[in-house]
Amino acid sequence: MALDNKTDAGKRQFKIVGTRPLRPDGVDKVTGRARFGADMSAPGMLVGAVLRSPHPHAQIRSIDTTRARALPGVHAVVTRADFPTVDDAAIADILDNCMAGDKALYDGHAVAAVAAASGAVARHALELIAVDYAPLPFVTDVDAAMKPDAPALHPSRADETVPPGLSANVMARHQFGHGDIEAGLAAADRVLERSYRTEATHQGYIEPHACLASVGPDGKADLWCCTQGQYMVRNTCAAILGMEQGSLRVTPSEIGGGFGGKTTVFLEPVALLLSKKAGRPVKMVMSRDEVFRASGPTASTSIDVRIGMTKDGRITAGFAELRYQGGAYPGSPVDMGSMSAFAPYDLEHVKTIGWDVVTNRPKQAAYRAPGAPMAAFAVESAIDELARGFGLDPLEVRLKNAAREGTRASYGPTFPAIGLEATLRAAKDHPHWSAPLGPNQGRGVACGFWFNFGGDTCVSLNITPDGTVTVSEGNPDIGGSRASMSMMAAEELGIPYEKVRTIIADTGSLGQNDVTDGSRVTFAVGLATIEAARAAKREMCKRAAQVWGIDADAVIWEDGAVRPVSPNAGKHPPMTLAEIAAIASNTGGPIAGHCEVNAEGAGVSFGTHIADTEVDPETGAVKILRYTVLQDAGKAVHPDYVEGQFQGGAVQGIGWALNEEYIYGDDGRLQNAGFLDYRIPVASDLPMIDTVILEIPNPGHPYGVRGVGETPIVPPLAAVANAVSHATGVRLTHLPISPPRLLAAIRAK
Amino acid sequence: MSAIHVTTTINNDATEFLCAPDETLLDVLRDRLGLTGSKEGCGSGDCGACSVMLDGRLVCACLVLGAEAEGRTVATIEGMAVGETLHPLQRKFLEHAALQCGICTPGFLIAAKALLERHPDPTEEEARYWLAGNLCRCTGYDKIIRAVLDAAAEMREAG
Amino acid sequence: MQYISPTTVDEAVHALSSATGACRILAGGTDLLVQMRAGMKRPDTLLDIKRIDALHQITAEDGGWRIGAAVSGAEMGEHAALVSDWPGVVEAVNLIGSTQIQGRATMAGNLCNASPAADSVPALVAANAVARVVGPHGQRDVAVLDIPSGPGKTTLEPGEFVASTYLPARGARSADAYLRFIPRTEMDIAVVGAAVSLTLDADGICTAARVALGAVAPKVLLVEAAARALIGSRLDAPALDALAEACSAAAKPIADKRGTVEFRTQVAGVLARRATLIAQTRAGGPA
Repeated sequence: MALDNKTDAGKRQFKIVGTRPLRPDGVDKVTGRARFGADMSAPGMLVGAVLRSPHPHAQIRSIDTTRARALPGVHAVVTRADFPTVDDAAIADILDNCMAGDKALYDGHAVAAVAAASGAVARHALELIAVDYAPLPFVTDVDAAMKPDAPALHPSRADETVPPGLSANVMARHQFGHGDIEAGLAAADRVLERSYRTEATHQGYIEPHACLASVGPDGKADLWCCTQGQYMVRNTCAAILGMEQGSLRVTPSEIGGGFGGKTTVFLEPVALLLSKKAGRPVKMVMSRDEVFRASGPTASTSIDVRIGMTKDGRITAGFAELRYQGGAYPGSPVDMGSMSAFAPYDLEHVKTIGWDVVTNRPKQAAYRAPGAPMAAFAVESAIDELARGFGLDPLEVRLKNAAREGTRASYGPTFPAIGLEATLRAAKDHPHWSAPLGPNQGRGVACGFWFNFGGDTCVSLNITPDGTVTVSEGNPDIGGSRASMSMMAAEELGIPYEKVRTIIADTGSLGQNDVTDGSRVTFAVGLATIEAARAAKREMCKRAAQVWGIDADAVIWEDGAVRPVSPNAGKHPPMTLAEIAAIASNTGGPIAGHCEVNAEGAGVSFGTHIADTEVDPETGAVKILRYTVLQDAGKAVHPDYVEGQFQGGAVQGIGWALNEEYIYGDDGRLQNAGFLDYRIPVASDLPMIDTVILEIPNPGHPYGVRGVGETPIVPPLAAVANAVSHATGVRLTHLPISPPRLLAAIRAK
Repeated sequence: MSAIHVTTTINNDATEFLCAPDETLLDVLRDRLGLTGSKEGCGSGDCGACSVMLDGRLVCACLVLGAEAEGRTVATIEGMAVGETLHPLQRKFLEHAALQCGICTPGFLIAAKALLERHPDPTEEEARYWLAGNLCRCTGYDKIIRAVLDAAAEMREAG
Repeated sequence: MQYISPTTVDEAVHALSSATGACRILAGGTDLLVQMRAGMKRPDTLLDIKRIDALHQITAEDGGWRIGAAVSGAEMGEHAALVSDWPGVVEAVNLIGSTQIQGRATMAGNLCNASPAADSVPALVAANAVARVVGPHGQRDVAVLDIPSGPGKTTLEPGEFVASTYLPARGARSADAYLRFIPRTEMDIAVVGAAVSLTLDADGICTAARVALGAVAPKVLLVEAAARALIGSRLDAPALDALAEACSAAAKPIADKRGTVEFRTQVAGVLARRATLIAQTRAGGPA
């Protein structure tokens, strides 16, 4: 049978993909009906709360919970002593982050938890827990943490990549590149050496972490939570608590933003253990203060760059040494920063070295293109400074050096068809690039890259007896993915979009799915949805052939119906999906298609951003006047939500560039654990964010789709910094460009 | 600490509840009355996710005590649509894809409705400043502002 | 903890002076409820003054305006005559927080919270406003300048609270203005605030001026040297330079998460200069 697959993505004419239907979960979300993490409740539910360390680094000598246990209304109290011992190092780190062991490693580190009849009793109980801390010297700055005499968080944990003699806080060394840096630099007309710093930022999702756990005396457990991956939650909690994965069912709620910050667990194992001990369901919700002190954030960085350029704008060599602190445990995203730093450029000589460093800060969590924005800030600032220094157009310089199909990427592979050059040409042709600027105004441009992931994915597609279709997928819908899946299923089946309903399944209903990260969902779940639809189509072809009494090879699926492949097969009117569904019971039973795959072929993604800023030279205030995002989406399934990813990512990057930062005091405590002083952009800070979607099909996806979610946060840090430099004549190498920093630089000019 | 008995009107329904003296209206709505459409993003009045109307005035429910609702009227997101008919703002938010995750959406809708009641023809800048107390981390605000301005235009035409 | 909501000032005074343990006045609550949630304040009694009708009034009095302690920022902004007389005071109050906060926050609460960065306080001090304090021993009128005594502290005696604030009569060719610096365009605490109230004669010469700064000292600063720089001038460049210099010289800020000493010192002068020009325009321009 032929399935009308039309996999030639570049030429396929779509009927539904590329249109802008209303999202299926939209009405629930505009009426308040949608249930997010903290909206779940259960009969007999208790409220859990966490006691957190006020010390950035302290030995925990003892924890006395006697008085808390004695408080009426308290049903369970847990400390680390109540958790099983975990052997696996990665899982042990996650457990230790959820509940401190011998040491509290950062301000906000959980040390005990209670479950009580009400929130008020739970909070009172926390005050009755006596923790005997022995404060230790601490370090929160990445460069200070690398000094040999720095206070050590984990003596003797560095891996084999770290040369001897370094601070015990250096956990790993990464290196990428090819060619001969010194030879490349020698060929340059100018070699620029600069050091850059970026401060830690938080993902800043508006929904705090929340979960509801219910563990029965038989050990069977249910967990509802807001997460980017219910399977990750299940597997991690099971490993921490010594449970079998099959005995823990995790159901994801709607998720109020994640941006990478909900790709691990914080409360969930604690809630499960409290529920087990109390014999009652336990709900836990973080306060905003807890979200800032104990979840997220991203790494702060210190980066040295050396780039050589000829006076006509050819980059002869690029070198960067990147130091990222990832908080209290190994695993900062310096590896991905090192891989992505020079990815947009076709360089003969390129090398990056990355250092993974621990400090007394909360363990970093993934944040949208983890590691890449900081590296791009450094490299894109340096390239801009070189280009402007030679009097060259910074956009032309990027075009001259842009990676193309066949370029050997700075991190190893050779690029297939990619869209960087298309975004640069579109930027050059965009009216924004040539619009006039006024006094104190400047324009910056920068490029960004993200790998995009695929990974383990399951989709089950069921044909109902009345010919409507349900799609079950295993990745929480964080920004419209139900719509995209319904669109791809409808496209493939040749039925209206409204006939498909996509739901997010619990862990008991599908096989393993990787988390919603790496911009993987539209790509990988989309691919699996299309494959599941094709499996259903194959079955429907069989059923029609059976009804007609002809061979299955003699039918074809075309325009949403099965037809005889040629007149030789007999004269049969086409059978639609609904007609086949109606007789499914009599032709062999229910019809479904499913796909389980480790999706490969996620195409890399590039973007170019243009930012206009106006600087108040007397106060250092920066206003974003105009902003344009140009990015390759492969194929935009639902352009509204592609634009939304471009806009949202750009604005997060603008916040990172201008105002967002974790501020630590001399006492090692976080000074700005709230939305008042952790300043994410507000509506009045911004103009409309213009978008241009380029479509260079990804050969690895049946419709050409590339992930789009992460690349948009990569260019803005440098685009804004370059615009400020253009406006003021001073170049800031330390983000954020907060008004005190910028005013001091302007006055020192 | 004894509970306070409060008689109030929520979304036009006469409502009674008991609450602790220090319990916020947001906690009452969510935990005692099952009205979970108002969200807690910060608990300190900095994010606007819990926006409700109190006697016709836009407020953060996290900065109002439950006890203060005595004899007053409260309007929440659950009362915004009338039967099966969405408010024009709700419809425009869908049409403009003005939500991604949706957690800030109820607060934005309540705040935007308050804006259009006072300023039926706001400029983009007025809308942006009025809504500056509603944080959105997903959208960059672009599509939200477009949806609000488009709803305003439609509501003006409808008179 | 208990919550009480008296309906008259006398009841409130009685309740406040007879309360056992810590009693806090609840006006808008936009600071107090946040502090309670953070565990910074743990009152035994919350005394809500919003049920007292008398404290909800904006009343014309002797050519000026008396503003009740329960009047919200939004209500002040909607009062056209008040805005016309004291645009700087009202804009300062209206800068506090979001639209949502404006629906609750009060000027008296902003004053009594005694943050050095309170937006309304420099404007009130420049306006020479007077707080009416009520308590067990009757009422007394106190210059707003003398209410805060340091971060989070006031000169109010036990059992006293601010019932209203009086803005004096506004003469011809007089106006005020308030500017603050924040890193975003909204939703921040002032890094520096500057208020100017002035009167011009028919020739555009400044005959009276008061200049006050916020967030550059433990409490609001009335900068008399800055006012002297303006009085007698046409608010020309040398006068404005002298004003800016006087403001920067008077500023004794700290460095914290919101700004550095250098930044606050410098920007205090910049904002005072800009606020002066706004007030000048509002007062009818140079001549």
